[in-house]
Amino acid sequence: MSGYRLDKGGLIDRSAPRSFTFDGTSYAGYEGDSLASALLANGVDVVGRGFKYHRPRGIMSAGVEEGGAILSVGSGRFREPNVKAPAQPLFDGLVARGQNAWPSVRRDIGRINDVMNRFLAAGFYYKTFFGVRGGTKDWMIFEKIIRKAAGMGAASREPDPDQYETAHASCDLLVVGSGPAGLAAAKAAAAAGRDVILAEQDFALGGSLLAQAGGIDKAVAAIEELRAAGVTLMPRTTAFGLYDGCVAGMIEQVSDDPGMHGVRQRTWIIRPREIVLATGAIEQPLAFGNNDRPGVMQASAVRTYLNRYAVAPGTRAVVATNNDSAYATAADLAAAGISVTVIDARPDGPDAPEGVKVIRDTVPVRTLGGYVLEGVEIGPLDGDGYATRRDTLACDLLAVSGGWAPVVHLTSHRGPKPVWNDTIHAFLAGPTTEPIRTCGAAAGIWDHDACIASGIAAATGAAGPEPQAGETPAMALYEIKTHGKKLKCFIDPQHDVTTDDVRLAEREGFVSIEHNKRYTTLGMATDQGKVGNILGIATMADASGRTIAETGTTTFRPPYSPISIGALAGRGTYRHFRPVRRTPLHAWNIAQGAVMTDAGLWKRPWYFPLPDESVDDAYIREMIAVRNTVGLCDVSSLGKIMVQGPDAGDFLNRVYVNGFAKLPVGKARYGVMLRDDGIVYDDGTVWRMSETDFLMTTTTANAAGVMAKLEEYLQTRWPEMKVQLTSVSDQWAGIAVAGPQCREVLQAVTSECDLSNEAFPFMGIREAKIAGADVWIARISFSGERAFEVYVRGGSSEAVMDALWDAAKPMGGVLYGTEALGALRIEKGHVAGSELDGRTSLRDLGLGGMASSKKAFIGKAMTEREGMTDPDRLQLVGVAPVDPSMRLRAGALLDTRTDLIDHGKGFITAVTDSPDLGHWIGLALVQGGLERWEGKEMTSYDPARDGNTAVRILSPHFFDPKGERMHG
Amino acid sequence: MIRITCPFCGTRDHSEFSYGGDATVDYPPLDASMDEWNAAIYRRSNPRGPHKEYWHHVNGCRAWLIVERNTLTHEVGAVTFAHPGLRKTVENSA
Repeated sequence: MSGYRLDKGGLIDRSAPRSFTFDGTSYAGYEGDSLASALLANGVDVVGRGFKYHRPRGIMSAGVEEGGAILSVGSGRFREPNVKAPAQPLFDGLVARGQNAWPSVRRDIGRINDVMNRFLAAGFYYKTFFGVRGGTKDWMIFEKIIRKAAGMGAASREPDPDQYETAHASCDLLVVGSGPAGLAAAKAAAAAGRDVILAEQDFALGGSLLAQAGGIDKAVAAIEELRAAGVTLMPRTTAFGLYDGCVAGMIEQVSDDPGMHGVRQRTWIIRPREIVLATGAIEQPLAFGNNDRPGVMQASAVRTYLNRYAVAPGTRAVVATNNDSAYATAADLAAAGISVTVIDARPDGPDAPEGVKVIRDTVPVRTLGGYVLEGVEIGPLDGDGYATRRDTLACDLLAVSGGWAPVVHLTSHRGPKPVWNDTIHAFLAGPTTEPIRTCGAAAGIWDHDACIASGIAAATGAAGPEPQAGETPAMALYEIKTHGKKLKCFIDPQHDVTTDDVRLAEREGFVSIEHNKRYTTLGMATDQGKVGNILGIATMADASGRTIAETGTTTFRPPYSPISIGALAGRGTYRHFRPVRRTPLHAWNIAQGAVMTDAGLWKRPWYFPLPDESVDDAYIREMIAVRNTVGLCDVSSLGKIMVQGPDAGDFLNRVYVNGFAKLPVGKARYGVMLRDDGIVYDDGTVWRMSETDFLMTTTTANAAGVMAKLEEYLQTRWPEMKVQLTSVSDQWAGIAVAGPQCREVLQAVTSECDLSNEAFPFMGIREAKIAGADVWIARISFSGERAFEVYVRGGSSEAVMDALWDAAKPMGGVLYGTEALGALRIEKGHVAGSELDGRTSLRDLGLGGMASSKKAFIGKAMTEREGMTDPDRLQLVGVAPVDPSMRLRAGALLDTRTDLIDHGKGFITAVTDSPDLGHWIGLALVQGGLERWEGKEMTSYDPARDGNTAVRILSPHFFDPKGERMHG
Repeated sequence: MIRITCPFCGTRDHSEFSYGGDATVDYPPLDASMDEWNAAIYRRSNPRGPHKEYWHHVNGCRAWLIVERNTLTHEVGAVTFAHPGLRKTVENSA
């Protein structure tokens, strides 16, 4: 092939030259060129290598359906693999490389695969390497090697340096495609005063108009008209998928320049009232011998290169067709001064255009040449569809038209299966009840005026023209078979799938088209059935003696064209991946040197290290201080819900397993709630502030879930209850003041509040003032020490914390974080998230006694199920190492000393080094619990970390089991 | 993306809502027998086609809604408040 630039014409700016490189060589093109048109204009013929056989590949199309010119664009961390050269606009400094070839696409060592090709039939790799020695182990090794030899471009190994964003829009009508039908639809809708978005995947608007002689001016005028009518025009925007609720996903290519600061791609989520699909049709190939040789191109693509880019893709052309459309290509070639011969498979057809020779009843049998096309052998077809070679035509360009396949992908995304139409030999969109209408070539309408009528009809919801066979109907022609030596006839050049592969797969039992597709990889991945689909189905139909309609088609799925994962992520990366929640004391904690940790979305203080102190040393020091003096901890992340109203007490009575209706005003109570199925859901405290006002606290993790559940009960199950719920988690900060000296600390800041045991007993709540702020103080304890929790409005929390810390610090108090908090609760045997794992019952956790027998509550009926009372259930116990110098690990399995069978008899849920006991301790869930195991030895199995440790099963209440300290 | 027309907020993306289970289940009284509860929680049909579901407008007005949805096509039909009092208020003001 020897392409060159024509002297005039084209939608290119000859005053704006653009330089680029391909495989290290510099070339020049113009603004308005695609990478493919610029390569053709420079006479570059071989641009890639086949996927399996490494055969040379040239430019085969002028759009996203490209199966040959698949390149890597950009270098280093900006490198993007598998770019379709015809869809890539040329820009100054563009760096492109061929793929799947070494050392270059011209001299590729991998071509040895082509010589070996009879071993590389469909399923070869699976058959050969799967289970060589049984099982999949070998496959795992071989796959890596195979992937290297057969494959596409490699993505950069570095993080994606580009920026992406997501945008939203709504409109009355979304039109996809800017060809004659799409332009007509947009114009009609805009004239009716509707809000219209017109999206076009190409970087120039106009669709097939741009490929026609004189079409560019028409397109420019039509676009100007739409702009004036207020239509939102979105070039370089691919509608990649249609979704439920008439929602379209689109990707806009904003910028190509890797050095540019700003967004490279934008994901659009469009919510239109109606959608018109004017997505056009893709010209289909014919399957004949060596039809993948560089120089073989879609007839319509040749026309696009001639008229839109002013590039002649060759000097001597043959046009092979089974339909009328390719005659326009022949006429345009002749007008450009290129010698052209049409071979038409049909006995009749349009008259020969001026300067064009037409040979009828003739098909291409095989191409000739080396790396590039030098000629084509042609001949007639017999009645059984076999061709005989009769003549040879010398050429460097073979323009092929095997008919047209309407782009029905987007409708197919919504479920309707495409339906075969015998009149036009193509699949059309299946019927849909959604407000999605297809028009123009996408609906099988080929005639220009009919396309416009079709577009207007689609915009208004009227019935449009029906597909017509045309003056000389197209001939159903797919695979051109030959007697004698097998020729390699490609149907999917991108994946190197041939007609023989499809036939072999059919013989091996892959009779369903969906299975055949997966076995041969036909039309998969970035092709999405754009090019080889109909050829593949037709070959399959022929092999199995069925019609195409009986064979059916595969399902098209989003995305229509490949999209960057980065574009889908948009700005939701790194620290924007999910929201961050900070407590009102966040800045205060940081200022005190807190090391923070993630607790769900929350940032919480993990520990407060002294200079050079490790986490282990810090939390042990913090624990000792809490046990001996006093510690302060930010507990603001706990869920807080106001439950108010005349029925609030009764409501809580139904929600918690224990009684709340009779909780006196001024008191708090620990409560546990179950799910409907009797499994423990959450725990917390409830404070009764007045007859009708309760403050509920929940675990940090379940704060949102509990709120939703309570709302569900009130709105769906007990709508008669007069209860108001308000989430106040974000409004209130909470500070735990824990340790023997907590009373002294509080007294120093709240002189008017009597904190004595008699006046303010365990589980009491009081209103008070600290540092001028109104606070609620509750005498509750998670640590097992004498303790209070102070709740204050977020805005006043720093002042209150300052006052408390000023009082606590001189007494030897500490600030403590979640690590010490967790360790203190383990010593005390209090359950938390790792025990409330959605599988444990009240009884399993040793809380069976809490359940009231005097009232009904959520989950009660189900707690007596057989499985819930099984003595073999996992139940809460304490564990300690037999050798006090050994450490324990959360997650380790527990079983008898002698043997670990399956998952063992339980597992350790939480561990800590206990300064009070002088060794590691842990909580665990074990079959049969304390009743079966107390005092006995088990082994903690932890093969991936520390190995096995002998442990003893104990009561989980390691520290102050009678609770004398917190009650004192 | 499924879109749900909340009777209070209007048509919104499903990402504002969370699915809340089968709305055709009649939960028995809390003091009902284990068998009755077992039937309500576990013995449910799994219809192919039109169905009634609870959806919680969790990132909106926080109303619990009864949504008619076709489990086969995802088509959303009528949407009403689950709370009968709210339902009545809307009907009266319509």
